[in-house]
Amino acid sequence: MENREMDISTFVSKKFLVPGLITLILLILLATLPLYGSAYNVILITAILMYIILTVSWAFFSGPTGYISLAPAAFFGVGIYTTAILGKTLPLIAVVAAAGLTTFILALLVGLITLRLRGIYFAIFTFGLVVLIKELLLFWEVVITRTRGRFIVLVDNNTIYYVILGIFVLLLLTTYLIRRSKFGLAMQSIGENEEAAAHMGVNVTLVKIITFAISAIFMGAAGAIMATRWTYIDPYVAFNPLFSFLPVLMAIFGGIGQFYGPILGAAIFAYLEELLLTKFPYYYMLTFGIILVVVILYLPDGLVGLIQRLRQRRQKGGLARRSADT
Amino acid sequence: MRILEGEKVTKHFGGLAAVSSVDFHVNQGEILGLIGPNGAGKTTLFNLISGAISAKSGAIRFKDKEITGLKPHQICRMGVARTFQSVKVFSNMPVINNVLLGSLFGTSTRISQADATRKATEALELVGLSAVRATPAKDLTLVNQKRLEVARALATTPELLLLDELMAGLNQTEMAESMELVTGLRDKGLTIFMIEHVMKAIMSICDRIIVLHHGEKIAEGTPQEITSNKTVVEVYLGD
Repeated sequence: MENREMDISTFVSKKFLVPGLITLILLILLATLPLYGSAYNVILITAILMYIILTVSWAFFSGPTGYISLAPAAFFGVGIYTTAILGKTLPLIAVVAAAGLTTFILALLVGLITLRLRGIYFAIFTFGLVVLIKELLLFWEVVITRTRGRFIVLVDNNTIYYVILGIFVLLLLTTYLIRRSKFGLAMQSIGENEEAAAHMGVNVTLVKIITFAISAIFMGAAGAIMATRWTYIDPYVAFNPLFSFLPVLMAIFGGIGQFYGPILGAAIFAYLEELLLTKFPYYYMLTFGIILVVVILYLPDGLVGLIQRLRQRRQKGGLARRSADT
Repeated sequence: MRILEGEKVTKHFGGLAAVSSVDFHVNQGEILGLIGPNGAGKTTLFNLISGAISAKSGAIRFKDKEITGLKPHQICRMGVARTFQSVKVFSNMPVINNVLLGSLFGTSTRISQADATRKATEALELVGLSAVRATPAKDLTLVNQKRLEVARALATTPELLLLDELMAGLNQTEMAESMELVTGLRDKGLTIFMIEHVMKAIMSICDRIIVLHHGEKIAEGTPQEITSNKTVVEVYLGD
């Protein structure tokens, strides 16, 4: 967990100069990728960015508040279906925006009903949402429209890449700004002790519903653009429950406490998946499972926790050496 | 003037009447004590006032405004702050951020970040926690966590402060300091309603005392009146 002190001066301090510079260089490298990268690289990075978006937007709500949501697949799927329905009539950016808006409204409604539930009940209900929407769509397609599945207008890989990069940058900005604001402090206090937070004047229901809905926007938008990579979708493809579990796993893998934990987790996790899948197609799931078990058992704070521990050890070592010198 | 007033306040848990038909009032600027054996309904009454739970029947008014049925954050913003019997600090947040939350959200008017920080710093100074402002709340001792709860409540600029067993588990010195803190707050113009088991503390600083037993009010009066009340003595010492 972070122990930062909320203070205006920290915004301009040197502590943020180096990470800020690194972020800028990374963003420039990402923005120019289609110029020097191969088509395969563009597709690979697109997939990684998709996972990062799902994971970071999941952690944006569930990280500080402690409410474990299993709804990502529902929002992602609604995004996919928005493209399936509107893709032929509206321009791409409008479709993505419409998906964000639809998931935002859906999440507001779901939040109103479910956010009074706590712990495991909330997790189960949000997962139920995935199944419910999938079954409703199946019913609709089988009984009313009498079709099964839909074809999707294809978009070229570079366009998909730039849209997803845009969503990613917007998400990072939103997450960063909210986490540093008084709204972020309120979210954290809800995760620490909701009753106390309410007694300090925090409208806990409002904070929870709004942050839940904001996180859904990005999942929906990601679904809408990723849908254009698949030629054909049906409810089983669109509402794959794996998209609910993977963000949780990736966030834990990276470490939920820090801002960059989920980003790191999703990036490495997604790359690892690709690597294992191409290099060891038969042992991929097995290897993947072993890595996960090891991480959960030995790295309770994820990769970020490991990095912090190593850094602390190095600092201590340095101090000891310095004191030995004198 | 009555700052807080309760009329036939009732709350049932299952078939058990935790608080039944209790009439009470708190006068502006006084220290009112609430005592009674375990399970008498003291904390339940506090929960009803702060909005943590809602009453089955009866009415509670703060400054002549009905607050029954309002949410905790609304009641807090009106000027009622509280501490908890079992401390509920934000463990992983630094001390200053615990208090900052109160100054940022505890009032109905908007407050700038700088003003909120100033207010939080003042509240910490008042309870003597300035030195540990950057420490995570979980690393504080029990007495300091209780002080942090007071600071956090003060940061919401309350007019009425509900203290739930502030002295429990403290040693003699700490208790004396806490009593000084409470009377000091009253001298600053705050009204205080406090639940306490430590008789020495409550008898020496309270202006009036209310006694609850099995959810009913059995006595009310000055400390002298309470100590000489036959029913109260029976309840505390057995038949």
